[in-house]
Parts: sequence; structure tokens; C-alpha cells
Amino acid sequence: MNWSEFFSMGGYGFYVWTAYAFAALILIFNLYLPLRRRKSVHRLLREFFRIKGQTR
Amino acid sequence: MQHKYASPKFFYTLAGQLTPWAATITTLLLVTGLYLALFIAPADYQQGESYRIMFIHVPAAWMSMFIYMMMAGAGAVALVWNVKLAEIFASNCAPIGASFTLLTLATGSLWGKPMWGTWWAWDARLTSELILFFLYIGYMALQASIDDPRRAARAAAILALVGVVNIPVIHFSVEWWNTLHQPASVSKIGAPSIHPSMLAPLLLMSLAFTFYFFTVALMRMRNEILERERHTTWVARVLDPES
Amino acid sequence: MPKLLKAVGCLLHRDLTVALRRSTDILTPLIFFVIVVSLFPLGLGPEPSVLKTIAPGVIWVAALLATMLSLNRLFANDHADGTLEQMALSPHPLTVLVLTKVTAHWMLTGLPLVLISPLLAIQMFLPESAIGTLTLSLLLGTPVLSLLGAVGAALTLGLRGSGVLLSLLVLPLYTPVLIFGAGAVAGVIADIDVEAHFSLLGAFLALALAFAPWAAAAALRVSLD
Repeated sequence: MNWSEFFSMGGYGFYVWTAYAFAALILIFNLYLPLRRRKSVHRLLREFFRIKGQTR
Repeated sequence: MQHKYASPKFFYTLAGQLTPWAATITTLLLVTGLYLALFIAPADYQQGESYRIMFIHVPAAWMSMFIYMMMAGAGAVALVWNVKLAEIFASNCAPIGASFTLLTLATGSLWGKPMWGTWWAWDARLTSELILFFLYIGYMALQASIDDPRRAARAAAILALVGVVNIPVIHFSVEWWNTLHQPASVSKIGAPSIHPSMLAPLLLMSLAFTFYFFTVALMRMRNEILERERHTTWVARVLDPES
Repeated sequence: MPKLLKAVGCLLHRDLTVALRRSTDILTPLIFFVIVVSLFPLGLGPEPSVLKTIAPGVIWVAALLATMLSLNRLFANDHADGTLEQMALSPHPLTVLVLTKVTAHWMLTGLPLVLISPLLAIQMFLPESAIGTLTLSLLLGTPVLSLLGAVGAALTLGLRGSGVLLSLLVLPLYTPVLIFGAGAVAGVIADIDVEAHFSLLGAFLALALAFAPWAAAAALRVSLD
């Protein structure tokens, strides 16, 4: 497996790898968003229930 | 008309169980697809190695359309039968769909530059995708502007349905416009003559993106369900099992 | 049936009368149309061959934008004074009432654009043979713009920043009308047969008439609830 040939992609390396990198970025970002939101929802709701419990 | 299966609580648990499976399948499909796309598929006779961008560009384009259809379909269900889960699904589709549309545009540009020498070309597919991107952004902007979640979901559903009817019209119009104005030197970003060994990675990547979409949609829906149903006891129990 | 016709006639008369009293509402989009078209020679230079080439697109885009500007007037005033809710509650089908309002709107906004377009065509050095095509294309196209715009206006009723949001929602939907409308004029200049363009514009109009009032009525109900 000639790695340098592989990375250069017949001279088109920049284009191909940027495209695949952009795809990776999009996939990771869209995965990251709900994970982060989950944390904040859990945190906010715990606070919500804490206050609710106190005012009962 | 709240069936057991349409209940947020039931779906929350179900989604929680399905997500790891969906994620695993996504990963397997993605790894296999990428391997075939980058290592096994032969170089194209005309475009050399640059055509490999197709394995991202084409599945992303399909997803951008597919997700819009799902969004419109779920919107219709939400409007006609008042199903809350359908509302939640539809509104959470949009950012993912918009992302795939953006990916299609970016990879289209990157594929086009070595082929045509320009970073952008007003070819039929890219122009249609650009308009689709505007449709997604409009949908998201409308939802964001309406405070009442119920009105937001229903208004967005109507917009999605109007959009879905217009999309074939827009495609057709743009195709026509493109054939009229296109200079002879620019050829369509077409798939190269498909070699069988190119078909497999194309399908695998499409399936990978589809399962990815479902994984992310499930995750997003779970978050929104918790938030929307925060006044119920089952949510309280989810967050604090001792209460 | 006669009751409905009477209601339609009443509504049409009322909308037209009210708007004609507030004549700035009618004139502003029209002046905007003229100004926008005039900006292009200022931006690109007065060379007739250049202006002639861009004229179909420029005039059409300006018509789109002028229509956009006028759209929030469609429902906003009636919404503010409660008339819109009355209409929704009335025994008459909301779809028909919406169609009536859109007709009034077009007569006040779209029709003036159509009528003034020959003057703008001359300004942009459009050949005389194309002026008729331009006017006809706008005549068929501007009602579609009003109809589609009505759906957008209904969806964004009462929202803050609704003007820009409305443009964002509706302009992508306008693209087919733009393509065939401007295409017809450019086609006539290039001596191509433009029958297909007009068939399509007619088809768009028919489809819009059939579906847009219904979608706009549904959107109004969602917005008013």
C-alpha cells in the first residue's frame, strides 16, 4: 500500500481530503449538539424539580 | 387519539433502547463504506481519484431530499392527527437536513473545482440544492420565531408541505434553466460511468448516512420529550430515581 | 351561494376602498419597483447592450422584491383590528375570503407593476418586440407571487421581524416563476419559441389558484388559534 500515493489522490488530495474532512466535521457536530443539549436539559430539569420540591 | 406507541413516555424508553443499535449500525456501515470508497473502488478513467468525492456528495444529496420528505410527512401527520411525536420528529429533522444540504454544496464545490476550474458553478443539482438549503433555513427560522411550540410546529408543518410540493417544480425549472444557459464546456457533475465496484460504497455510504440520521434524530427527540414533558411524574423519576 | 358572492363582493370592495384611501400603501411598492430597476444602470453603467441583456432578469427580480414588500399588508391590518378573526369565525369558507383578499391585493400591487413595466422596459433598452412578452409574463406571474406570498404572510402573522422572515420563506418558492417569466422575455429576444414558458406560467397560476388560498386559510387558522 503506497501511502504517499494514497494521500495525494492522484494530485487531487486537497479536494478529496477536504471534502471527507468536511463530512466528518458535519457528522461530529450534529452528534455533539444533542449530547451537549442532553447535559443541559438534565441540569435544568434537576434544578426545576428541586425548586418544585421546595415550594410544595 | 393517543395510542400507547404515540405516547412520549413509551417513545422515550424505546428511543433510548434503539439509539445504541442505530449508532452501532451507523459505525459499521460507515467504516465499511469508507474502506470500499477509498481503498477498493478503482480510479475513474476520466476523473482520476477526484471522483471519490462522489461517495460523500451523492449520499449527502440523497439525504438532503430524503430528510425533507420525512419532515413534510411527519408534519402532515402532526397536522391531520395531532400527534405530538410527529411534531417533535419533524422539527428535529431540519438541522440535520440542512447540514446534509450544506455538505452537498461544499463537496459539490470541491468536486467541481478540479473538474471545471471554478469553485462554484450554477449547474442544475447545485442550484437546486442551494434553493433547498434556503427552504431548510426558512423552516428553521419560522420555528425559531414562534414562541408557542404548538403553533410553531403546525406552522412549520404547513411550510414543509408547501415546500415539498414546490420541490419537484423547482427541480424541473432549474434543470430547464440550466440546459438553456449552460456553456458547452461545462458538463454536468455527473457520476462517472458507474463501475460495479463503485456502486457498493455508494449504497453503503447512503445507508450509513440514513442510520446516522435516525441515531441523531432519536437523540434529539429524547431531549425534547424530556423538556416538553417536564410536568409529568415519569420525567421526574427519570432524572431522580429516588423521588 | 348568493350569500357567499355578496360577502365576496363586500370584502373586495372594502379592501379596495380602504387601500385606495391609504394610497401610500399602493404607491410604495410601485416606487420601490421603479427605483430598484433604476439602480442597475447606476451600478453597471448605461451601456445599452449590457442593460438589454440583464433587463428581463432585473425587472423580474425587482417585481419579486416589490411584491415581497407589500405582503405583510395583506393580513396585518385586519389582524390588528380583529376583522381577521371575524372572518375566520364567519360561516363563509375562509379559503374563499382569502382568495378575495389576495385578489384585492394583486389589483393594488401586482397590476400596477404590470402596467408600469413597459416604461421600465424602455429604460432598460428592451427591444419593442419583447415588451409585450414582458408585460404578459408579469400579468401571469404576479398573481402567483401574491398567492404564494399570502401563504407566507399567513404563516408569519403577528411575528416580530416578520418582513424579513417572510422574504426568507417565500423567495425560494418564487424561483420557478422567475425562471420562466424572465426566461420568456429573454427567449423572445433570442428568437426562441416561448410557448412552453407561457404554458408553464399558466400552469403555475392554475395550481396556485387551486392550492394557495386553501394553504393560506389553514395557516391563518394556525396563526390565529
